[in-house]
Amino acid sequence: MNVEPKKKIVKEIKVNLDKCIGCRACEMACSGFHAVPKFSSTNPARSRIRVIVEDRKDVYLPVRAGDYTSAECTGRNTYTIHGKEYSQCSFCTVSCPSRDLFKEPDSDLPLKCDMCESVPPLPEPMCVQVCRCDALTYVEKEEAVVAEEVKRDEIDMGLEALVSKHGINKVVDTVTKLSKTLKR
Amino acid sequence: MRYAETGFNLEIDLSRGSIDRVATDPKLTELYLGGQGTTAKILWDRVAPEVGPMDPENLLIFSTGLLHSTSVPGANRTSVDTFSPQTDRYSHSVFGGFFGPEMKFAGYDKFIFHGKAKDLVYVWINNDKVEIRDASHLKGKGAQETALILKREVGDANAQVASIGIAGENRCYMASIEHANSSASRGVGVIMGDKRIKAIIVRGTKDVYVAQPAELAEISIPMFKEMYDNKNCGDSMAHGEGDEFHVDNFAWGNARTRRSKFFTKEMEQEWIDLEDNLRQRWTGCHNCPKDCHQAIHYPGRMPYHQKCYSKLTYAMGSFGDLDFDYDIIGITQEYGMDAYSTPQTIAFAIELYEAGILTDKDLPDFPQPDGETVEGFKINKSRFFYLVEKIAHREGIGNVLANGVYAAAREIGNGADAYDHNTIKKFEQVPIKLGYVNYPYFLMFATGEKMNITQIEGSFPQTAIVDKKEREEFVKGWDAAPERFKKWLLEWEPQTNLPMDAAVHVCDWNEAMHYVDDAIGTCAFLSSFRGQFGGRPPYHIYNLPSFITRASGIELDSDGLWEVARRNRNLVRALNIRRGLRRADEKPPEDHWKKREPENEQKLLDMYYEFKGWNNDGIPTKETLDKLGLDFVSKDFIQRGILAESQGDLS
Repeated sequence: MNVEPKKKIVKEIKVNLDKCIGCRACEMACSGFHAVPKFSSTNPARSRIRVIVEDRKDVYLPVRAGDYTSAECTGRNTYTIHGKEYSQCSFCTVSCPSRDLFKEPDSDLPLKCDMCESVPPLPEPMCVQVCRCDALTYVEKEEAVVAEEVKRDEIDMGLEALVSKHGINKVVDTVTKLSKTLKR
Repeated sequence: MRYAETGFNLEIDLSRGSIDRVATDPKLTELYLGGQGTTAKILWDRVAPEVGPMDPENLLIFSTGLLHSTSVPGANRTSVDTFSPQTDRYSHSVFGGFFGPEMKFAGYDKFIFHGKAKDLVYVWINNDKVEIRDASHLKGKGAQETALILKREVGDANAQVASIGIAGENRCYMASIEHANSSASRGVGVIMGDKRIKAIIVRGTKDVYVAQPAELAEISIPMFKEMYDNKNCGDSMAHGEGDEFHVDNFAWGNARTRRSKFFTKEMEQEWIDLEDNLRQRWTGCHNCPKDCHQAIHYPGRMPYHQKCYSKLTYAMGSFGDLDFDYDIIGITQEYGMDAYSTPQTIAFAIELYEAGILTDKDLPDFPQPDGETVEGFKINKSRFFYLVEKIAHREGIGNVLANGVYAAAREIGNGADAYDHNTIKKFEQVPIKLGYVNYPYFLMFATGEKMNITQIEGSFPQTAIVDKKEREEFVKGWDAAPERFKKWLLEWEPQTNLPMDAAVHVCDWNEAMHYVDDAIGTCAFLSSFRGQFGGRPPYHIYNLPSFITRASGIELDSDGLWEVARRNRNLVRALNIRRGLRRADEKPPEDHWKKREPENEQKLLDMYYEFKGWNNDGIPTKETLDKLGLDFVSKDFIQRGILAESQGDLS
């Protein structure tokens, strides 16, 4: 067994709110890069980074799309930072039912930032490349992997959710029924 | 498949309440590109010269530029076009920000407003869903206040708003249309008010396609860095260095007095400190790396965005100071008033009062001056606050002044017209009072159709470069300039005029670049206006064609692009010719330059008209028009007797 600690590259986009000029070039570059074919169309509504702007309150917030959640959270807090008020949603990266952000406008499917993964790799994600005022900067760090995560099987998780919703008997019945009717 | 544009206009008839989404002819895009160009064609086809600006048949058109919403940086200026009641001529303004791009993402190249609503309305455009809604609750509200209310009302913080303030509602001729960090002026706000449109709010979530994706990205993405690093583009004057230039060179009061030794080092520091204190941040427009706008929060006023020369126009009109200017814009931008025309009109009124032409009867409780400057000029800050209210509300004498300097002077009478000394074609001009007539500037002021010199000048330097070595350096990397201009600049000695033929070409090039920008939506600070300072604009006649071709699929080289500019320029001129514009109207203000050369000036006009292919009266000839594909114009001119059949054939 290999005892050397495993290492992984952690990619990070740092955000400096004070430097944002609200031009939304990041949204344009992101939606262009993720279009198929690349750059064939632009549409900020498909962008995986969005600038939340409330200009009369001097709020300029680039937010990148994170994970999808099927349920709203209860967080409706406001935070005051350097005299400016932000809603909890402003900082949230989640694609969630309570807002339009980070959903494909046609299908409503969630969007997630992929750091512009591509072959060959880009030197920096597109949003960082066009953000000349350095509100967005790209950092790569090497980090040791502490412990191997025990990966749970997807089926495990899916079935567990079904069991908690419908009860074990119903799930077993259904699986049995399906095993007879479905072709292998 | 349409590239770069959507291929649809939104037609809204406010009298009937009808809304149509109308497909456009791609041939017209090839001929005029978009923006001001394609709009000029619509105005020509649909607004007869007999239609008065305030008739319901007048159109108000918001137009995206061809490159809006593509990856091309800095293409975001929305063109607004109509006919102005102040001049009875074509009226055009472009504003930055985010409005045009949002229009395109909603699926439209233009919003075309026809007719008049009965009562104040706002229009909500959410992709394909368009509604004309009651706006009685917005009556009297500030322009930005309106935007905030509407975003909440439609429940979409990402929507973009263009709105008028009380000045537009009251049909003041100097009314502006306000949007985010930008404003449109010069006669468009009054028509928005006349059509009873308080605001337009638009939200779009559709795709905009381009013809050659990889090829366009290849030249667009590096442009962000190039523009950001290029100190010769953007509004570098906003970043401090413009104050001395403006206060020392432009005229104070009613465009009368230059204070050439006004600005001092101490003042510079004081002003920088004041701005640093008021400024929340620098902001930019859609998809552009330059930060030309200041987000200002003046205590007690609604936060606003300050741009361009507006931070000094009220200060200089009133013999006031920088602090006063930032204070009063907090009011005037919410009222929706143009920061060029408004202070000039007010300074004009104050002169009339000092001369006894306006009296206390016209100006009840008119405030005393706030003291005197060191040179003995009266400081009129309080009077400015007073007159802004009168004009915006059209109260008493304000009702007369709200029609601008030219009309007010004639209505007031009693010698008031002698104080109207800074208008051209009935429109207030930038307050410049200089020594010797400058040939290209004479031509630009006299023949320009865009009414403000900043919308005409810009590619060729304003003054000769003193040092010969510097001149050579300038010319060496001057990629934006066609060859002939390099020679003229190299040979141009300070305190002399350019040769007349050079002046003709300089005027032609300067305005051509604006016609390009205003068709494709690129910002003048990145091209047409900025080449004159430093000669290194990121966009110019030689590199723009590839952006246009790769985005739209329209094959074009620099000759082709210049040809489009010529076509658009002639069509815009035709709009005014059909409404009566002639050579006799083409003159700068009498006292614009102390030393004039009447004979040479007329010779310049002759040469310029000839170069442009216009007849001696400034009317494009049949040959010129037909060659540009504007034969529908020449036919109309001959039918109306504007061109004689025989004269039409002569060049």
